Amino acid sequence: MQSRRVFLKSGAFAFVSLGFAPSFLARTAFAAGKSGRPKQLIAIFQRGAVDGLSVIVPFGEGEYYKARPSIAIPRPNSGDHAAIDLDGFFGFNPRLQPLKPLWDSRQLAIVHACGSPDSTRSHFDAQDYMESGTPGVKSTADGWLNRYLQARHDEQTATPFRAVALTSQLPRMLQGTAPALAMNQISQFGIRAGGSSDQLGASFEAEYAAAADQVLNGTGREAFSAIKMLKTTDPSKYQPENGADYPKSAFGQALKQVAQLTKANVGLEVAFADIGGWDTHVNQGAGQGQLANRLDDFSRSIAALVTDLGDRMEDTVVLTMSEFGRAVNENGNRGTDHGHGNAMMVIGGGVRGGHVYGRWPGLAPDQRYDRRDLAVTTDFRDVFGEIVTRHLGVKDPRPIFPGYASNPAKYPGMFA
Amino acid sequence: MSNLAMKRFLAIGIAVSAISAQAITFPKDDQAIVHVLNRVAFGPAPGDVEKVRAMGLQRYLDEQLRPERIADPAMASRLGGLTTTRMSSHEIFQQYEVPQLQARAAKKQNAKGNADGQDQASKMPPDPVQQRANSVVAELAEQKVLRAVYSERQLQEVLTDFWFNHFNIDARKGRDKFLLTEYERDTIRPRVLGKFRDLLGATAKSPAMLFYLDNWMSADPNGPHPTLTQGRMVRGPFGGRTYLPPTAKPAAQGKNAPKGLNENYGRELMELHTLGVDGGYTQKDVTEVARAFTGWTIEPPRQGIGFKFEPRIHDNGQKVVLGHVIKAGGGESDGEEVLDILARQPATAHFISTLLVRRFVSDTPPPALVDRAAARFHDTDGDLREVMRTILTSPEFLSPDAYRAKVKTPFEFVVSALRATGADVAEARVLVRELQQLGMPLYQCQPPTGYKDTGDAWVNTGALVSRMNFALRLSNNQVPRVTVVSLQSSVFGPAAGGSGQGEVDADAAIAQLLSGNASDSTRATIAKATTAPQMAALTLGSPEFQRR
Repeated sequence: MQSRRVFLKSGAFAFVSLGFAPSFLARTAFAAGKSGRPKQLIAIFQRGAVDGLSVIVPFGEGEYYKARPSIAIPRPNSGDHAAIDLDGFFGFNPRLQPLKPLWDSRQLAIVHACGSPDSTRSHFDAQDYMESGTPGVKSTADGWLNRYLQARHDEQTATPFRAVALTSQLPRMLQGTAPALAMNQISQFGIRAGGSSDQLGASFEAEYAAAADQVLNGTGREAFSAIKMLKTTDPSKYQPENGADYPKSAFGQALKQVAQLTKANVGLEVAFADIGGWDTHVNQGAGQGQLANRLDDFSRSIAALVTDLGDRMEDTVVLTMSEFGRAVNENGNRGTDHGHGNAMMVIGGGVRGGHVYGRWPGLAPDQRYDRRDLAVTTDFRDVFGEIVTRHLGVKDPRPIFPGYASNPAKYPGMFA
Repeated sequence: MSNLAMKRFLAIGIAVSAISAQAITFPKDDQAIVHVLNRVAFGPAPGDVEKVRAMGLQRYLDEQLRPERIADPAMASRLGGLTTTRMSSHEIFQQYEVPQLQARAAKKQNAKGNADGQDQASKMPPDPVQQRANSVVAELAEQKVLRAVYSERQLQEVLTDFWFNHFNIDARKGRDKFLLTEYERDTIRPRVLGKFRDLLGATAKSPAMLFYLDNWMSADPNGPHPTLTQGRMVRGPFGGRTYLPPTAKPAAQGKNAPKGLNENYGRELMELHTLGVDGGYTQKDVTEVARAFTGWTIEPPRQGIGFKFEPRIHDNGQKVVLGHVIKAGGGESDGEEVLDILARQPATAHFISTLLVRRFVSDTPPPALVDRAAARFHDTDGDLREVMRTILTSPEFLSPDAYRAKVKTPFEFVVSALRATGADVAEARVLVRELQQLGMPLYQCQPPTGYKDTGDAWVNTGALVSRMNFALRLSNNQVPRVTVVSLQSSVFGPAAGGSGQGEVDADAAIAQLLSGNASDSTRATIAKATTAPQMAALTLGSPEFQRR
């Protein structure tokens, strides 16, 4: 409850500061980079367990083609819908073409064979672990991104928009005592009662401010602080820059709003979006088909975000994750069942990109986890830990990943 | 079950019979009645508290536990216009899916020569045939809202919501949108107060579940793989491509014919439907269960879309599930045997009891009550009526600690607001859209886990603001086709002929909409409002109304 009370003060601060928004907002830059802007993390969750072997394709492995007679992505330069060569061994799914320029300009890094030390193949548990940051421990009350927010909380600078999920429910990753906001549509965010909006908004605010119910009290305060702050910007007139072309999809629109909030300078430090449809048990497809179509939306949306943010990418990292990978062998329905290791992408100006990080364990049956899945050689907490320390500037990541001996020697090395 | 576990259960059973020997005395105050109406029903409607006060809580609960004996005459006319809610899956197939398939085939024909035809099609507005197909789920969702608001069989509706969510299916997965009507009406609703094994078996054999968790196409990987049917890829209603299962009699060499094991159902059956994720099963058990269910598939639509056992793809070898040997050669009965084993595991009794106590009592289920409910489950061979009776007559359920202990889900919030205001819903479609805005699209929860049943999932800034805005629209009669009659003839608010004294009118609003129980600060804020709709909105949007 401590940080809730701290937040009350900053909420009030935001209110009295409305007339001086620019100078107030300038002070949000407590993890400021060269540009003087705050460091930012945009976390993207691919819910449903994307098949990493079809996204970052190990085309250099004969075993890959043996295991997947009908759904393997063809080797580069072998016709239409073939993999796009990255480094002579790994290739992009052809529908990741929009991200290829980021690989070429070394802003995009991949960590392959990455995942959880826990063996669960349950979507629910694996998402829970990836979001709590404590694999194997279900009782963890908060998410690791929230613990990051707690570790770096500064009541002088925090704004209601410090952490925003573009989702209708606050994801586990952002749940916890540090304030975080969930909203689907920033244009819809506010009390809408015509001429009485302000009066009724103030009445609702008073009800929640006085509520003995701590959960509703805190959430109510966050909501009204955010509403007031959003009024100082005009989200309805947003125009993407640099020719960024967001897909009309829910995911594309979510990322567009991330860019919108970023450029509104409302103190956005952590953003979250998710995209589903990866649970491809049946007819997964290869370079074309079900999975490829999801990847098309995924990659075009991210490419648009990066284009739109332009030089702000110097201070930003985009991180993609999914709860686990899928079995190496295709199943009886031209799909893939739940597996283990997976691939993550890390994109940003400060990233040492153009490289696939992590030790590749191989796909031969005796190299696999349980003789069926891609083995995990990089604990996902080492990817998160490196981002939290080397990008966001946290000195000690241990409170963020309780029970884990975070060791920089095990970090993939994505940042200089 | 290990001997130790069995002894523990027997011990609990004895302890419980001692407890249940003492008849519980129900509290008689209105707060207890409101509490019960907030859990056993979707909140009090005008007149409910008086009615229950007159009959007594004991009789009210006894009645609600026997929904088949409760007359519900108004429901039929409320649902009259929703014709698909009365159709079989086969009728829905013929009238809604077949035209969709024909339209798609025609469109595909037109698009030939355009290599990127599919992508172009996705950018076009939805065509009438597509919209008509989507209207099946829309009508189902309207039906759900209307029953929750108006049915006299409130507990049955609360439990239908609970059990559908337990055996969740997302309507957006392929043809499931045509199968959910029958699934909820014939598989779930009639069994929510019956034996758990019966409900479990009915979901296992339902075409909706067989399709959703892919079991319909799971086959013995070492078998002869006869070609069952011709399946194909189609564009789903919400984007993306989905698999369209058999549309005709067994065809020659379909390229997507089942030819291997699919573990999806086997895993979720144990993790979500019965044992729970900590229920003590292994990956090996998942595979064995999947093998047992091979051949449990769906009839070709033109033959009726029902359950069908297909021996040609069944794995007839021996299976070992949780240490129980299922002998080779069992055929269809392999799956039944698995369900028998799972339904009778102590872990299942405990898991199901935990979920029910969480729904009806508290986000942190009191362990002693869970144990008693689990023991009752065990003693009655999974009689859900008796398990519910144990929970609803427990001191924990009726304790002051449980009062307003649960945060309403968006569905509970909307329905309880409609009930509290005595709203007249001429058409529920717009309410279905409101629920989408509030973060709980009906029949569209993507993961098989269903929606979460704890407050943390539903309390967040965006959702809270949406609830306040819904309260405003409802109170001002701005929700199309929904009329809040009571506010127009209300006693509170000067514009409605109230006393004109803020405090007095606020008390009237709180009496009607919050059963008289609000904090002083909420009362003071409501008292400052100047019109009846504003008072109603500030009451429905208050922190107190977000809980049940």
